[in-house]
Amino acid sequence: MAFSESFFPSRFGIATSDLDRWLAQALSRGGDYADLYFEYVETTSLSLDESIVKSATQGVSLGLGVRVISGERSGYAYCGDFSPEKIDKAARTAACIAAGPASLVRTSLDESPKLDLYPVPVPAAASTLAERVALILEADQAARAADSRVFQVSAGFSDSIKHILIATSDGGLVWDRQPMARLNVTVLARAADGRVESGYQGGGGRAGLDHFTSQGLARRYACEAVRQALVQLDAGEAPAGEMTVVLGPGWPGILLHEAVGHGLEADFNRKQVSAFSGRVGQQVASPLCTVVDDGAMAGRRGSLNVDDEGTPSRQNVLIENGILRGYLQDRLSSRLLGAGRTGNGRRESYQHMPLPRMTNTYLLPGQSDPSEIIGSVKSGLYCATFGGGQVDITSGNFVFSATESYLIEGGRLTRPVRGATLIGNGPDAMQRVTMVGNDLKLDEGVGICGKEGQSVPVGVGIPTVKLDGITVGGRA
Amino acid sequence: MSPANQHEEIAAQIVRMALERGATGAEATAAEGDEFEAGVRLGELETLKEAGSRAAGLRVLFGRCVGSAYSSDLTGEGLGRMVDSAVGLARISTEDPFAGLPDPSSLGSLPGDLRLYSDSVELLETAFKIDLARAAERAALNADPRIDNSEGGSFGSHSGWRAFANSRGFLGSYRTSSCSLSTVPVVTNGGARQRDYWHTSARALEGLESADYVGRMAAARVLRRIGARKAATQNVPVVFEPRAARSLVGHIFSATAGESIWQKASFLAGRLGETIAAPGVTIVDDATMPGLFGTSPFDDEGVPPRRTTVIDKGVLSSYLLNSYSARKLGLATTGNASRGVTGNAFTGHGNMYMMPGTTDPAAIVAGVKNGLLVTELLGSGVNIVNGDYSRGAAGLWIENGEIAWPVHEITIAGNLRRMFAQVEAVGSDLEFRGSLACPTLLIGEMTISGQ
Repeated sequence: MAFSESFFPSRFGIATSDLDRWLAQALSRGGDYADLYFEYVETTSLSLDESIVKSATQGVSLGLGVRVISGERSGYAYCGDFSPEKIDKAARTAACIAAGPASLVRTSLDESPKLDLYPVPVPAAASTLAERVALILEADQAARAADSRVFQVSAGFSDSIKHILIATSDGGLVWDRQPMARLNVTVLARAADGRVESGYQGGGGRAGLDHFTSQGLARRYACEAVRQALVQLDAGEAPAGEMTVVLGPGWPGILLHEAVGHGLEADFNRKQVSAFSGRVGQQVASPLCTVVDDGAMAGRRGSLNVDDEGTPSRQNVLIENGILRGYLQDRLSSRLLGAGRTGNGRRESYQHMPLPRMTNTYLLPGQSDPSEIIGSVKSGLYCATFGGGQVDITSGNFVFSATESYLIEGGRLTRPVRGATLIGNGPDAMQRVTMVGNDLKLDEGVGICGKEGQSVPVGVGIPTVKLDGITVGGRA
Repeated sequence: MSPANQHEEIAAQIVRMALERGATGAEATAAEGDEFEAGVRLGELETLKEAGSRAAGLRVLFGRCVGSAYSSDLTGEGLGRMVDSAVGLARISTEDPFAGLPDPSSLGSLPGDLRLYSDSVELLETAFKIDLARAAERAALNADPRIDNSEGGSFGSHSGWRAFANSRGFLGSYRTSSCSLSTVPVVTNGGARQRDYWHTSARALEGLESADYVGRMAAARVLRRIGARKAATQNVPVVFEPRAARSLVGHIFSATAGESIWQKASFLAGRLGETIAAPGVTIVDDATMPGLFGTSPFDDEGVPPRRTTVIDKGVLSSYLLNSYSARKLGLATTGNASRGVTGNAFTGHGNMYMMPGTTDPAAIVAGVKNGLLVTELLGSGVNIVNGDYSRGAAGLWIENGEIAWPVHEITIAGNLRRMFAQVEAVGSDLEFRGSLACPTLLIGEMTISGQ
């Protein structure tokens, strides 16, 4: 597709000569680099409670961000419409960060390469509202039919199409259309003794509505949410103290996100404030661990054809057989550290400056059979599902909270136990990995990662993994 | 009522457009905001951000069917598309017997100046704001030679307008401002790093703590973390300092918010009038307190906020409701409707706080023989449905009433029901540093999990 036929020129009449002019304004007071980021997002969200559509919302958000980099300084300004006067003003405001003569010769804009990871033929946004309502009604009915102890079901479907256009002072010109869709089901179940527990399952990705309908995901998520709630109704107190922990495959990959991923974001390492700073080439995990971040996976929640600075996504090896290989870079950090760009410059919206962020982060599969891993544990905890997590990147201390776990006694899963938070220290915890399963699984597509007030969608994945000596925060 | 400014004009126009398209009821919000942020690191200016944006949103009713939409495109064409979207959604929506706008008699605005806006914030020179960020960071770096690095100092400010209109005749707007200053020093000790922060924010510049104070507080907090280690797994009394304790008030908010109650997704659902906490616990929500972050002249449905006692000497005395959850529960709204520009109104809190006790916080620590003082919490391990509580924590170990050594990489666990029943002391040190506030608290026993 030629630039002139792409979204922003055809919808808003933006021409390359305009982009050139605004980039020139951004660099009018000096600076090493400037970029323009145009964004247009259409979102639809529907939610169902008590089998009634209680909330139905559609929205449009559009805007432009201008950034100027001068040495280690970044200036940023944005505006919420595409009127030339507002963009001129934003470019001049961002320019204020730079002082002195412009240090670069600008090259003319030329279309940059990018991937094609989510060619959704009919994006969810083009399907009808009635089809979306049918999807959440199906989830609602499936959950209610699954078990008589279920008394409350909430189902929601949300989808969006984001168009972006990035023009850079080093001649980059790239645009993308980024679909995203997500289905959530939450249920409450009540036992005969009055005890109430909840269960949740959700998922999605850069996909259309047929991703959900063709696989029967409404029913599957509903039944899974019910199953989790019923398991909780029978769960006892979680144990407290250090013990062997086995993580199940899939979403428990949040371990990597918290224990490793954030600490490897280049901005923290450039500033020497991460527990991993200065440790490239060192052993930071068990030799069984190879961790990658891969934005170039087809259709996944964390996938990107290009990052929000116009760099194509790719697979980056962060830790290889336990050795730290490199960091997640954005343009600013890669320039200051003299490292290559990795396609990890991301932002929540046009109102935010890009930061080094994860995409889809996972641990490569190992040799062990999952049953062999559980069988090797005399006494410990098996965690099948988690809620959220958090990390203090400076100390490396991280937590993540289990929502479904079982005691392991004599190599077998025995009783379910209630939610417990696991705590560890990133580099230390990863050294404690003693077995890695051959059953790598990626999560269903629910991850939202927060950093400096910015949220971006991410994916995680992990095979069954055994960690020796992790602190479990239960009460028994 | 006639619009007092352009923001009210937009909100009123949106309501008119919805009614013209056949809606039986409508409500609209229009918001505008400007933001500024300066980040300094190791004395050098690192980031400067300055921008403004606008957006509007509406909710329409066709009988008992609801649709909503929002847009940042406020041209006539953009507003038209937005209203059409909301109307289209209401048409496919199912009938909700409880959908509606607040009763006309409950609409209104608090009188008088709530001190939510000060031009002192907007009039600040950029250089002055950068200097404040620099001064806060410098004060931290200069406080002690062991502080050898920094994540920087930052100054931020916001100012904005918010207008609301509905088809029952409500039209109002208010202006807000805020500013904040913070710094994050780092220490390296034997290969281990620690960071901590201090942060001050206010609606007017005069309300900010000084840059020097911010830096010195951040420094003191990071220094006391040097040499932190795990504690042994055991059950002990736990003291929450105010910065950590305020999250407990937040959990009471989540557990008393209208949606959690009618969905029965809260451990406090159906317990109105019952004793659910120790007698020393009184928790109030009050959005009428001038100058604070949780204050507004009307809630996001046009209902004037009020002071609501949620827990009165240990007894659950009120939920926090918007008009929808009030109708669901057969109660009256408490003026706690909250929505962004987008979507339906949920429940929000105003200034929600635990009433201070009479005990000096130092005396609370002095009364603990062996226990933990929590200064930071990590993670999201709180289940409002059943009250289960398990979070990562860092803090200071207390031995014989004295701070003995720094602790980290542990969890503290309990159940909110039992934790609130076991509040054995409430400090006298209530301070508003945001819209949630709590004095120092002593909880009789929690499970520490560590080594």
